[in-house]
Amino acid sequence: MGTRDCGHICGESSPGIGEAGKTGEWRDSRPVIDEDRCTPARKNKPACFLCWLYCPEAVMSKTIPVRIDMEYCKGCGICAQVCPVHAIAMIEEGRFTA
Amino acid sequence: MIDGNRAAALGAKLSRVQVVAAYPITPQTPVTEALSEFVERGELQAQYVNVESEHSALAVCSSASLVGARTFTATSSHGLAYMHEMLHWVAGTRLPVVLACVNRAIGAPWNVLNDQQDSMSQRDTGWIQMYARNNQEILDLVIQAYSIAEKACLPVMVCYDGYVLSHTEMPVGVPSQDAVDRFLPPYKPHTILDPGSPRNYNLVTLANPRVNAEGVLCHGYMEIRYLLQEAMEKSKETIADVGREFSDLFGRSYVKLLWEDRMQDAEIAIVAMGSLAMEATVAADALRRDGLRVGVIGLRVFRPFPGRDVAGALGRCRLVVVFDKSISYGNEGATCTEIKAALYGSGANTAVHNFIVGLGGRDVKARELADAVKKTLSLVEGGALNNESAEWICEI
Repeated sequence: MGTRDCGHICGESSPGIGEAGKTGEWRDSRPVIDEDRCTPARKNKPACFLCWLYCPEAVMSKTIPVRIDMEYCKGCGICAQVCPVHAIAMIEEGRFTA
Repeated sequence: MIDGNRAAALGAKLSRVQVVAAYPITPQTPVTEALSEFVERGELQAQYVNVESEHSALAVCSSASLVGARTFTATSSHGLAYMHEMLHWVAGTRLPVVLACVNRAIGAPWNVLNDQQDSMSQRDTGWIQMYARNNQEILDLVIQAYSIAEKACLPVMVCYDGYVLSHTEMPVGVPSQDAVDRFLPPYKPHTILDPGSPRNYNLVTLANPRVNAEGVLCHGYMEIRYLLQEAMEKSKETIADVGREFSDLFGRSYVKLLWEDRMQDAEIAIVAMGSLAMEATVAADALRRDGLRVGVIGLRVFRPFPGRDVAGALGRCRLVVVFDKSISYGNEGATCTEIKAALYGSGANTAVHNFIVGLGGRDVKARELADAVKKTLSLVEGGALNNESAEWICEI
């Protein structure tokens, strides 16, 4: 079965999770949260969530602790940049595959 | 009596275009002037969008087409070059935009006169390209272009020679609005941006197919490009069907993607596009008076290329002389390359020779075309024809 059955004649999508495919495959570095530093985890209260607010891919959860959907995280590192307590480190993907 | 630019503007008006966005450039300017006057006077119920560039003009047409409007733009030369990126976007989105290209030379050096380098340089953008031989064809092809574009889901470029046609008055039969309305129903978009049913178009599309959020396997980049090529191939039939329908309703013949003049008994054929092909018919008159059986083929449609029609029409000839008003640098005139490719494998044993003429508005006289044919014929008969390179008719 080919792709013709989708009925599109140009690039087309509707809003929904994963419409652009498994974009997590693009990732070069993975954000890793240090829960000893992360404000909501440390205080066990809904607080901060700047990573959730700034993530362009909406892969950060607004939960305690914060979870990251690695299927779609492209590894842009914005979360690590905006974290006020430097709780997120960007670790090269190569280190996880060994 | 109207000039070619007026014919193009009238064609757009009769097609009841709903959005016009164009930026003036010599020699296309009178098209924009006429259309803005039609809109200003209320003769054409359309939005005329003023833009700061040709790139924006085609971006406006692209967006308007995506929300379901019939759109028109016109340009020339550097304006078309500036549209280059958007030409690809419009074709890739399969939008039925119609563009009138008033053929003009392209710099450097600076020149405002006619040749066909501008549109020929846009050959591979996925647009249907049609070349009008006279002002009647300009009007007729603009109207047909909407029918073709909307059936095939492909944009159409209607090309006509700057000044030679754009600023030259000729008798043109202008059909009634009622007759055009019968031929061309209102545009039904294949795809439409609608806030009630949100959609993204032209999202990042990677090489491989993907399963979308609804679990449906969707095209990757290659599949979408395949469909564009498939649509171009299929559009040959659409163009012929629309031409036949137009011929039946309006009495002017557009049944093939090329036109033939005295090809029935021709052993020598001249091939050209646009007004140059009409000039070639005058050369053929002179050559016939000299006893040579000469016919002319005018390529009305260059993309999709009517290779089978070309091979069928030329296969019996012993010599084909191709005149190009553009050059693919490092090779030869692009129509000549296409003619050779069409003949390859057809079983024809035909000599093909190419002349580059009329660049930057250099006058092309019928006598020069006839002399070029005679000279080529003597080379063929002497076994001395060099098929390696195109000859230029200039004074270098």
